[in-house]
Amino acid sequence: MKKKMKKQKKKRVVRKNRKSGVPKGKQAPDMVSLTIDGISVTTKKSNSILEAAQEINIEIPTLCYHKALSSYGACRLCVVEIQKNGWKKIQTSCVYPVEEGIEVKTDTPVLQNIRKTMIQLMLARAPESSVVQEMARKLGVEDTPFVKRDDDCIRCGLCIRMCRERMGKNVIGFKGRGDQREIAPPFDVESPDCMACGACYAICPTASQRLKKMSNKVKKPLLDEFDAGLRSRSVIRIPFPQAVPNAAIIDREHCVHFVTDKCRICEDLCEAKAIDFDQKEELVEIPVGSIILSSGAEVIDGKQKREYGNGRYENIVTSIEFERILSASGPYHGHVVRPGDKKEPKRIAFIQCVGSRDDEHPYCSSVCCMYATKEALIAKEHSPGLECTIFFMDIRAFGKGFDEYYEKAQKSGVRYIRCRPSSIEEKQSTKNLIIRYADEQGQMRVDEYDMVVLACGLQPPKGMVEIAQTLGIEMNAAGFCKTRAFAPTDSSKEGVFACGPCTEPKDIPETVTQSSSAAARSMELLAEQRHTLITKKEYPAELDVSGQEPRVGVFICRCGINIGAYVDVPKVVEHTKGLKYVVHVEENLYTCSQDSQKLIIEMIKEHKLNRVVVASCTPRTHESLFRETIREAGLNPYLFEMANIRDQCSWIHMTEPEGATEKAKDLVKMAVAKAALLSPLKRVEIDVIQKALVIGGGVAGMVTSLSLARQGFEVFLVEKEKQLGGNARHIFYTIEGNDVQAYLLELIKKVCDHKLIRVMTNAEITAVRGFVGNYETEISLASGRNKIYKHGVIIVATGGVEYRPDEYSYGKDTRIMTQRELEEKIVGAEPQIVGLRSIAMIQCVGSRDNGHGYCSRRCCSQAVKNALSLLELHPKTKIYILYRDVRTYGFKEDYYTAARSAGVIFVRYDREKKPILANDNGSLDVSVFDPVLQRKLEIHPDLVVLSTGIVPNKDNEKIAKMLKVPLNSDGFFLEAHVKLRPVDFATEGVFVAGLAHSPKFISETIDQAGAAAARAATILAENKYYAEATVSHVNDDLCVGCGVCSNMCPYEAIEIVEEDGQRRSKVNEALCKGCGTCVAACPSGAMDQYGFTKDQILTMIRSIRE
Amino acid sequence: MENFKPNIIVFCCNWCSYAGADLAGVSRFQIDPNFRVIRTMCSGRIEPEFILSAFENGADGVMITGCHPGDCHYINGNYKTMRRFYFMKVLLREFGVETNRMKLSFISAGEGIEFQRLVNDFIKEIKKLGSAQYRIKE
Ligand code: FES
Repeated sequence: MKKKMKKQKKKRVVRKNRKSGVPKGKQAPDMVSLTIDGISVTTKKSNSILEAAQEINIEIPTLCYHKALSSYGACRLCVVEIQKNGWKKIQTSCVYPVEEGIEVKTDTPVLQNIRKTMIQLMLARAPESSVVQEMARKLGVEDTPFVKRDDDCIRCGLCIRMCRERMGKNVIGFKGRGDQREIAPPFDVESPDCMACGACYAICPTASQRLKKMSNKVKKPLLDEFDAGLRSRSVIRIPFPQAVPNAAIIDREHCVHFVTDKCRICEDLCEAKAIDFDQKEELVEIPVGSIILSSGAEVIDGKQKREYGNGRYENIVTSIEFERILSASGPYHGHVVRPGDKKEPKRIAFIQCVGSRDDEHPYCSSVCCMYATKEALIAKEHSPGLECTIFFMDIRAFGKGFDEYYEKAQKSGVRYIRCRPSSIEEKQSTKNLIIRYADEQGQMRVDEYDMVVLACGLQPPKGMVEIAQTLGIEMNAAGFCKTRAFAPTDSSKEGVFACGPCTEPKDIPETVTQSSSAAARSMELLAEQRHTLITKKEYPAELDVSGQEPRVGVFICRCGINIGAYVDVPKVVEHTKGLKYVVHVEENLYTCSQDSQKLIIEMIKEHKLNRVVVASCTPRTHESLFRETIREAGLNPYLFEMANIRDQCSWIHMTEPEGATEKAKDLVKMAVAKAALLSPLKRVEIDVIQKALVIGGGVAGMVTSLSLARQGFEVFLVEKEKQLGGNARHIFYTIEGNDVQAYLLELIKKVCDHKLIRVMTNAEITAVRGFVGNYETEISLASGRNKIYKHGVIIVATGGVEYRPDEYSYGKDTRIMTQRELEEKIVGAEPQIVGLRSIAMIQCVGSRDNGHGYCSRRCCSQAVKNALSLLELHPKTKIYILYRDVRTYGFKEDYYTAARSAGVIFVRYDREKKPILANDNGSLDVSVFDPVLQRKLEIHPDLVVLSTGIVPNKDNEKIAKMLKVPLNSDGFFLEAHVKLRPVDFATEGVFVAGLAHSPKFISETIDQAGAAAARAATILAENKYYAEATVSHVNDDLCVGCGVCSNMCPYEAIEIVEEDGQRRSKVNEALCKGCGTCVAACPSGAMDQYGFTKDQILTMIRSIRE
Repeated sequence: MENFKPNIIVFCCNWCSYAGADLAGVSRFQIDPNFRVIRTMCSGRIEPEFILSAFENGADGVMITGCHPGDCHYINGNYKTMRRFYFMKVLLREFGVETNRMKLSFISAGEGIEFQRLVNDFIKEIKKLGSAQYRIKE
C-alpha cells in the first residue's frame, strides 16, 4: 500500500512540473529534492520543510505556523529529524529550509516525546483553550504534570507577526524572557497606532483575553445587513447564501488593505487566486431601447420613533428583524428568543401601522397585516405556548386567500386587539415592555410583553430622488415613482417603465405580476429587436455510443483545500480505479477551471470515454457547465453524472476526515454505477404556432390581446357577449377620478383597429384540443357556425360578476341598490339621488361570509369613492358606511382619510352582528350594533347602498374542464403558484388574468393582463418549444391503461388512449415536467423516467452494499 | 454498539431538500458522515421499491426529504409522497422492518440548519436502534 502511494505521489509532482513548463527528468534551478518519511519531494527552494511536507499531505503538528506569516518556531511542535551526510539533528521544520538530498522523518518516538513535553507546557499555560486541548489529545496527552496557570496565551507570537507583517503596525510585541515572556504594547504603553482592526484576535489560536488589554480601542463589529444587524459579519464575505453571483465581495470601506494599503492576507490564503485588489468601478455604456425601474421600497425603521423608545429598548424589534429571528438560517437558527438576553419570550405583541397611516406616511403599506399574521403564526409554531397579540387598526387581508389565512390565525389563538397603542415603556428589571392602550370601548389598559415586534411600513427607496432625476421621471407626493392612470407600469416618460413597490407598496404576487407586465410593455416597444443579440454556439456532431460498453471517466476535484483538506482525494482516486467500467480517473485541483475543461475534452478523446463522472461540488450549480464540456467533446450532455463530495461531504464532515473519505468513495461509486446505465437524451422539439387565443373581451382580455399584438403575435379574441368591455362598462370613474369610459372606448378602438387581432363577439369556445404550442380550438361564432382555430397559447380572461344580493331586501325596494347602480345614478345625476338627507352603505355584502369567504378587495374603496362624489354633489348629505375593516390599501388610504374629514361616518360592525334593515313602514330603518359605543345605532336613511362583492363566472367550471386547469374552492381560477407564478397555470401554455383570477381593481387587472401577455410571449417568441429531457415514458408492453399515472400528473401530461382495443397511457412530452410522480405510482412498472430510471436509482442503492 | 456505523440513505428532491443539504455545506454545519444522499427531481419520484431495496441491501435507515407542503416545484408531488409514505410504512411492517427506520421530512432550500438537525437526529435514532435485521440473502 505504502509503495503504491509513493509511486503515485511521485507522479503528481511530475505533473506539476509539466504544468510549469519544465521538461520531465530535468530539475529546475530553483527547485530542490528531498525525502520526507520515505517519499521523495521536489519543491521550491524557498519552502521550509514543513511546507514541503504539507505539499504532499504529510501533516506535521504546529500551533504557531501560518501560511501567510513569517515562521518563528515558537511552539516547537513541528520538530523533525533531519539526516544529512550521515548526521542526524532535530530541528523545527517551520523555519528550516529544504535542502537538496536531505532525509526528513516527521514522526519518530524521539519527536513524539518532544512534542508531548511541549504540549504539556502549553496545556499548563492555557489549560482552558480548546485548540490546545485538541492538539494535546492528538498527541496522546491527557493532562499536564506542570502547574496550571490562570492564563490563555501560549506565546506563539502569531498576533505580533500579524500586527507587524500584515497590518504594518507595532501595537504589540514580546517583553521579558523565558518564563517571564509575555505580549505587551511597546514600553508597556498603549500604542496610539492600534486600528482596532481585530486581526490579532482573529489569528489567536486560543482567543486570548490578554489581547483585549493591549489597547483601549474596541473593535466595532460590522453588522450583517442581511440579518438586519442582529449579527456581525466579516469584511470579506458572501452577502447571503442565495446571493447571485454567489461570490465573495470585499467591503472596501472597512478592509484594512483598502484603508492602509497593508494586509492582503486573503490573497495568500485564497487557493483559487481569486482575490483581485485592482478591480475598479467601471462606467459602462449600454445602448437600450427601454428602461425598467424596479428599485423596490425600503422598510421604515420604526424602532427609532419616539413612541417606541428611540431604539433604546433592546426587546423591541422590527418586523424584518423578527423575520430573520424566525429564519432557520438567521442569527438564532430559528429559535424565537429576545435579542437582549436570548431568553424565549412567552408573550409577544405586534404593533401594526408603524410608519403607515400616520402624518409622515399617510398611505397604507399594504403588506404589514399579512406579514405580521404570518410571523405570529410561525412564531407560535416554533415555540408552542407562545402568546401572540396583534394591535391593529383594520386587518387588511385583501389578497387572494388572505382572509382565510387571517381566520386560521385567529383559530390558532393569535389575539387581535383593535387599537393603536399610545406608548411603550421598558420595565427596568426584566426588560419587558409595558404597552398602554385604550381598547375599542375607550378603556385604558396596560399589558406586559416580553417582546414587541413593530410591523414597519414601506417607504420609497433611498436614492429615489436621484434615480428619478437621472431618468427624468416624475414622483408622486409620497415619493414613489408616478405612473399613469390606466398604464400602471408606465412612468411619466415614454420608454421608462416601473414595477414593484417603487410605484406603490405592494405584496409579492402583485410585484411579480407587475414586473411581468412592465416586461410586456417594454417588449411592445422592442419587438422588432427580438433575438438580434443572440449568437448561436456550434457543436461537433454527437458521437453514437449506442451498443458500446460503458467507458467511464472520473474526474475528482480537490477544490483547492475545500475537498482536499478533509477528504483523502488520492485514496478516493485509488478506490475509483477499481470500479467496474471505469477506464480513467483524474485528480484535479479545480475541475471547473478552464484548463480542466480542456483536459476533460482531451481525456474523453484519448480514452474514448462514453460516460463522464465529476466528483466535486453540487450539480445544482455545476452540472450544466460539465454537460456543456462533454457536449463539446461530442458526447451527449446527458451521459454525465456528478458526485457531490464538497457541499454534501467535505464541508459537512470537516472534523471526520476518515468518515468523509469513506463517504466520498461511496458517492463516487454510486455516481459511477448510475453513469454506466445512462443513455443519451434529447429535449423534444415542438413546433409552436405563434398565435394566441384570448378568452374574454373585458379589460383583461383586451389589454392582453393588444400587448401580444404589439409584440407581433396574431391574437384571436373571443367574447361571449355582443360587445367588448365586460365589467368595465359599468364603471365610470376610479377613486382617483379617472374616466373609465373614455379609457374603455379608446381601448376597444385600439383592439378593433389592430390588424393582428381578430375580434369575435357573440362567440364561445366549445372544444379545445392539443397542448402548448399546438392548440386547436373550436369556436362557435356569431354566425352560428363553428370554426376551428389553431394557436400556441391560451389566456383565460373570462372575468367575474357582481354579486346579486338576496339579503337586505335587495330588488324589492328601489331605495336599496348596489354600489354599481349608485355609481350609474351619480354619473347620470338622476333625481333619485338629489337632495338626500342621509345614505347608509353596508360593506361586505357577499364577501367575507359564509358562501363567499373571501374579501372582494375593491368594495371599501368603491364605497369611499361614491361617498366622496356624492358629497361633492350634495355636501349636506349624511353618509354612513357600515364596515368590518376598511381596506383602502396603498394610496387609496388618502381617500379614506378624505372621506372621514369630509364627514362620512364610519361605523364598524361584527360579522356576528350584521346590520338589520327594515323597510316595512315605508321608511328605511337600519339598526347596527356599534362595538365602540357598545349600543345599538338606529339610522333612517333615504337610501341603502350595498357594497356587493365579486363572484366567479358561472362558466368557469366549463372552461376549466375544457382547458384542464383547476379552480380554487371559491370558484376562481387557480394559478400555478400564488407568489412565484401568479398568472401561469401549472399546465404549460395556459395563462390567466383579471377577475377570472380573483377580485381586483382595474389597474390591477391591467397589470395582470400585461403579465399574462409577457408570460405567453415567452412561448410565442420562438417557433420551437423545447420540452424537458428527463421526462416520463411508457413501456407499452407492460401498460394496462389503469390510469393511475394520469390521475397523479399535475400537468395533465398523461392521457389514456385506446389503440387496437388496448388501453394505454401516453405521455405528452411537451407537457411533462419530469417530476417522476407517475413513475412511482405505476402499479405495473410500465412507467419510467429518463435520467432517473428505476434501474439507475436501484443500482445506486445497491452499491451501498460493500 | 459504540462504533456502529449505520448505513443510511437520504433521498433528496432537487429543488428544496437537496439545496438545503448544499446550504448546510456552504454554511459548514457539521453532520455525522454516515449517510448517503440520492437525488431525484421530486420526492414524488420515490417508489416503495426503493425503500425495500435499500433495506434489502443493508441500509439501516432511510430518510425521504422534499419541499415543504405547498412548496413542491411540481405543485404537489410532496403531498403524494406523504400519502405514499404511510403505505410504505405498512409495507415495511409487513417485511419485518421497524417503521421508525424510515422518516419523511420537509426541508426548504434555505434550511441548511434544519437539514443538519434532522439528519443528525435521525442518525442518532438509528444508532440507538442498531443494525437492521432485514437483509437480502446472499
Ligand atoms: S420538488 Fe421538492 S418535493 Fe417535489
